[in-house]
Amino acid sequence: MSLLTRPRGLPGAQAPGRPAPRTPRMRPWTPYAFLAPYLVLFAVFMLAPIAFGGWTSLHEWDINLPAKPFVGLRNYADLFDPADVDGARFWTAMRATAIFTVASVPLLIVLPLLVALLMNGRFKGRDLYRAVYFAPYVLGVAVVGLVWRFLLDGNIGLVNHYLGLDVQWTTAVPPAWVALVGVTVWWTLGLNSVIFLAGLQDIPRELHEAAMVDGASAWHRFRAVTLPGLRPVTVFVVNATILASANMFGQSYLITGGAPADQTKTAIYLIAETGLRQFDMGTASAMSFVLAGCLMVVSALVFGAFRGRSKP
Amino acid sequence: MSSSLSRRSFLGLSGAVGLTALTACGGGTKIGAGSGSPASAAPTFSGGEYTGPKVTLDYWNGFTGGDGPHMRAMLETFNKQFAGRIEVRNVTRRWEDLYPAMPTAIAAGKGPDVAVIHNDWVGTFAARRTLLPLDDVVGALSLSEADFIPAVWNAGVYQGKRYSVPLDVHCLGDYWNRAHLQKIGLSEAPADRAGYEDALAQLKKAGIAAPFWMPNKWPAHLMFMSLLWQHGGELYSDDGTRALWGGEPGVRALSWMVEQIDKGFSPAQVAQDSQYAAFKNDKVSFTWDGIWQINDLKTNARSLQWGLGPVPNIGGTAAVWSSSHNFVMTSQAGKDGDKVQAAKFFIDHMGRLSTEWAKAGMIPARNSAREDPAVAELPQIRLAADLDSFRFLPALPGVGDVQSKALELAVAKAVLKQASPSEALKEGVATANKLLADNKRKYAR
Repeated sequence: MSLLTRPRGLPGAQAPGRPAPRTPRMRPWTPYAFLAPYLVLFAVFMLAPIAFGGWTSLHEWDINLPAKPFVGLRNYADLFDPADVDGARFWTAMRATAIFTVASVPLLIVLPLLVALLMNGRFKGRDLYRAVYFAPYVLGVAVVGLVWRFLLDGNIGLVNHYLGLDVQWTTAVPPAWVALVGVTVWWTLGLNSVIFLAGLQDIPRELHEAAMVDGASAWHRFRAVTLPGLRPVTVFVVNATILASANMFGQSYLITGGAPADQTKTAIYLIAETGLRQFDMGTASAMSFVLAGCLMVVSALVFGAFRGRSKP
Repeated sequence: MSSSLSRRSFLGLSGAVGLTALTACGGGTKIGAGSGSPASAAPTFSGGEYTGPKVTLDYWNGFTGGDGPHMRAMLETFNKQFAGRIEVRNVTRRWEDLYPAMPTAIAAGKGPDVAVIHNDWVGTFAARRTLLPLDDVVGALSLSEADFIPAVWNAGVYQGKRYSVPLDVHCLGDYWNRAHLQKIGLSEAPADRAGYEDALAQLKKAGIAAPFWMPNKWPAHLMFMSLLWQHGGELYSDDGTRALWGGEPGVRALSWMVEQIDKGFSPAQVAQDSQYAAFKNDKVSFTWDGIWQINDLKTNARSLQWGLGPVPNIGGTAAVWSSSHNFVMTSQAGKDGDKVQAAKFFIDHMGRLSTEWAKAGMIPARNSAREDPAVAELPQIRLAADLDSFRFLPALPGVGDVQSKALELAVAKAVLKQASPSEALKEGVATANKLLADNKRKYAR
C-alpha cells in the first residue's frame, strides 16, 4: 500500500525526545479515490435522476408523446395557481399529507417509546412479546391494506360489526383519517420500538445506578437519564417517521382509494397518479420538487429544534 | 499502484466512467419519442394463413374476471393449432394497471404486439402512436359497418384510419336478487321509473333494510352516465372541447342517485365494491354492474338466486353505458414485418371466434354472431335486444383523464353528500373544460 505508508519505521516506535516526524502526508486525491466508488453510484443513481427530474419539470413532458415542449417554470406556476386543475388537486393532496403526518408522527413516537420501555424490562415471555409487536411490520403494505380495507368497511366490515358501531371508516373524514393513522401505527409501531429498544440498551446501567443511589424516583430517572440518553436515537426516529409519514401512499391507495372524493389522496399518491397513470411527467416532477422542498424545510426545523435544546 | 496510475489519468478515467454511466442513463430515459417505426414497411395483409418464419407474439389483455379462463382456453387452442408457426404469450393484468403500463412498455420494447383495449382508449393510444392502423385487416376480412353495432364500429376510427377490430360489447346491467323480489311478488326487476321506485319501497317494507346500495366509486360513474343519457343529456360536445354532463339532465340523473340514499334505499357513504359484496351476500335486492360479473356470480355466489336484466329506464329514453373490447396491434409489432403479418392473422382468427367468446359473459359485436343459437340463449344477450340504447364514451384522446379527474370525482362528491348534485357537477364541468382544452392542445401536436 504505497498510497499511505512511508518506507521508514512505525510511527509509534520512535524514541521519546526526538522531534516527531511530519505525519505521512496523504496525496491530495487519496480521499477522493476512496470515495469514488460511492460517488459514482451516488452520481448515477441520485444526482443524475434528480437533475433529470428537474429538467423534466421544466417541460410539458408526456412520456410517450414525441413533442416535449420547454415551458420554463409554468408547471410550478400552475401548481401555485389555485384555479388550475393540477394546482387545486396538488394542494388538496398536500393538505392530506400534512393531516396524516401531524396525526401519525406523535403517536408513532410516543407509543413505540412506551412499548420499548416495557420490552426493556425483565419478565417472562419477553421475547414473544417483542416478536408480537414487531410482527405486523413484516407484512407488506398490500397485505395490510387489503386486510384492513375489508375489516374497516363501514357496511360489511368486522370492525363495525364487533364494536356495534356505524362508522364509515373508509368513506368519510375524519373517520378515514382515524383508520389510516390507526392502521399505520399498528403496522409500523414495531420498527420504531426496536430502534428505541436498541437506544435504551445503549444507555449505561451505571447512570441508572448512580441516579438510584442519589435517591431519584423512576420518573426522575426517566426524565434525567433515559430521555437524554435517547436523544440521538430520537432525532433519527422523529425525522425518519416524518419522512415515512409524508411519503404515505399504499395505505390510502388500498384502503380508501383516496375517498371521500380525493380527501385522503396524499401527495405521493397524486404524484404517482399524475406521472404514471396520466403520463404527465412534467407536472409530476414539479410536484415532487415542491414536496421535497417542503420536507427539507421540515427536517431542518426538526434538527434545529433538537440542537437548540441540547445547548445548555 | 500509484506509479502506474497517475492522478491525471485516474481522474480522467473516473470521469469517463461517470460520463458513460450518465449518457447510458440519458439514453434509457428517452422513452417513447415516437419510437414506432412506420408500419408501411410491412406488406399489407390480404387474409389467409400466416406463412412467414416462426414468431412469438406478446398479447396483453385485462381479462382478470370471469372472462379470463375463456380467453386462456381460446389461446391454448390457437397455440396448439398453429404450433411451430405462431406462439402467443398471454399477459393478463387489471385494466387499470394495463393502460398506464402499455405505452411505456411498448416504448421500451417489452410491451405487447397485440392487445385488447376498450373503445374509449383507441383515440388516446392512436394519438400517442401506440397503435398501428388495421385498415387492411378490415378490408381482407370484408368486415363492414353493416355487421356491427355502428357506435362500436365507428369507435375504432381515429383521424380517418381504423385502429381496432371489435371483439365484443358489454354494458351495465341490472342484477336482482330473486328471493327478495319473490317477497313482493315480482319475478324480475321493473323496467320503468315508477315501477322501480315502487318495488324499492315495497322491498323496504318487506324487511330488506337497504335494497339498492349506491356506490360512490366504480360503477357509480357508469350509472351516472347511463342516467344522463336517459334524461336526454350528452357527455361531451362533438369537437371534444366542452363537457356537457353538468346541464339539467346531468343534475336530474345525479339527483336520482342521491335520492336513493335520502329515501333510505341505500346506506350513506358506501365504500368501494361493498355494494357488490353485499349483493353476493344476499343483503341487497338490486345492484347495477357490468355483465362481466355473470361468471363471477355463477362461480363465487352459488347459493345466491339472481337474475339479470337491462338497466331500468329512469329518465325517459332507454340508454345504458356500454363499452367494447377491441383488438389492436401496437407499434412494437411494427418493428418486425413478420410480426405484423402474424398479429394481423391472429386478430383475424380470434375475431371469428366471437361465439366462443360470448360464453365469457360478453355480447358478440357482430350482429350475425348474436343470432347464433348457441349464443342467443346466454343471459346477457337479452340486454342487447335494444341496440339503440347502447351508448359509448367518445374516443377523444385523453378522455380517460377527464373522466377520472372531473366526472368521477363529481359523482363521488355528490353521492358522499359533500356537495349538492348541481354544485358538484358545476365544479366538475369547470375542471373538465380546462382538461379538454389542455388535451386538445397536447394531442394536436
